[in-house]
Amino acid sequence: MAAELTAQQYIQHHLTNLTLGLHPEHGLSFAHNAEEAAEMGFWALHVDSLLWSFGLGYLAYRFMLGVAQKATAGVPNPAQNFFEAIVDFVNENVRGSFTAKNDLVAPLAMTVFVWVFLMNLMDLVPVDLIPHAFAQLMGLFGADPHHVYMRVVPTTDPNITFGMSIGVFLLVLYYSFKVKGVGGFAAELTMQPFGKFGMPANLVLEGISLFSKPLSLSLRLFGNMYAGEMIFILIALMYGHNLMLDISGGVLQLAWAIFHILIITLQAFIFMVLTIVYLDMAHQHH
Amino acid sequence: MNINLTLFVQMIAFAVFAAFCMKYVWPPIMKALEERTAKIAEGLAAAERGKQEQELGEQRAVEVMKEAKSSAADIVSQAQKRYNEIVDEAKRDAQAEADRIRHAAQAEIEQEANRAREELRERMAQLAIAAAEKILQKEVDANAHRDIVDAFAQRI
Repeated sequence: MAAELTAQQYIQHHLTNLTLGLHPEHGLSFAHNAEEAAEMGFWALHVDSLLWSFGLGYLAYRFMLGVAQKATAGVPNPAQNFFEAIVDFVNENVRGSFTAKNDLVAPLAMTVFVWVFLMNLMDLVPVDLIPHAFAQLMGLFGADPHHVYMRVVPTTDPNITFGMSIGVFLLVLYYSFKVKGVGGFAAELTMQPFGKFGMPANLVLEGISLFSKPLSLSLRLFGNMYAGEMIFILIALMYGHNLMLDISGGVLQLAWAIFHILIITLQAFIFMVLTIVYLDMAHQHH
Repeated sequence: MNINLTLFVQMIAFAVFAAFCMKYVWPPIMKALEERTAKIAEGLAAAERGKQEQELGEQRAVEVMKEAKSSAADIVSQAQKRYNEIVDEAKRDAQAEADRIRHAAQAEIEQEANRAREELRERMAQLAIAAAEKILQKEVDANAHRDIVDAFAQRI
């Protein structure tokens, strides 16, 4: 693909989602380029992000459900062993960070960890493989392959990461109100750290700290994955010029992929731990 | 990189996924884990109990062995005593028998001797009579002089 496009076009192509939405001129349609997608405004769906995210989530759910239904207290089979290792890992983190009693937190943390990990894992699939195959496939149905977009790593789409972090944030708000009461939560936002005479300053500080939670949660994941994907794309640009570049590109891609395994796992882990910690803070009385 | 409806769809999907995991995945796997924990704890306790029982059994075995040893020693000493008794009894019996036999033999010898002496006496009397006959050159009526012969024989 790099041969047919300029580097900028190539990168642009990789960073455009397959967007289905209401275009002011074309009506309900897939966007043919980034500008059209932007023109669609709010009423548009990133079909690729959602499909990969749902697909991976469904796959993980089917696996976990299958294991859970056949779970035995006796000698576990390899699948159960594997899943139990994950459950134990999540449980240990919840026990370590979450002091209150809430049956929602551990399964939520597991969902976050497994799902985010799988979505991040898509980053290790060679960047051109699925988009190119998909473009060729759509070409068979009469679409122009150059205007068929496909991003396979859902966590490089801020919509996905914000969707999850805002979900966590709503839970934080819900439990803050539930555990502390409206007055208690209001007091927490306004009465500290400067006491009741510094109320406006308190509100600003606490408000920032409250709203920075979902923001930092989603932007950290998005930023890491986006940067990682960008580097894969840049490495992919090296292919197809001469043998020297091909080989060094291959070496670089391998090295970055191996390093990226760490980032993938780490980001999933951080997202999970912060979810637990934020929910724990929501359960704290002052 | 537009924020759009995708965000809310993902949020709903997240809620649904988490809810399903909480409802259908988490409880059975936690139940299995807890059950296994209980099972292992039970097994360890049973092992501990078994160990204690084994120690108790070993102690009892030692006691039983001690008892058996002492009773065996008792039996041996009793047998020894009884053996000594039997030997003693046999010795006494044998001694008595030997004495009896000896007495009988002595009595017989004495009887024999007496008889021999009697015979000898009689023979001597006869000889004396015969000698006296020869001396007196006459028949001595043995019956008439029985007193004398007897008195003579008595003196021998």
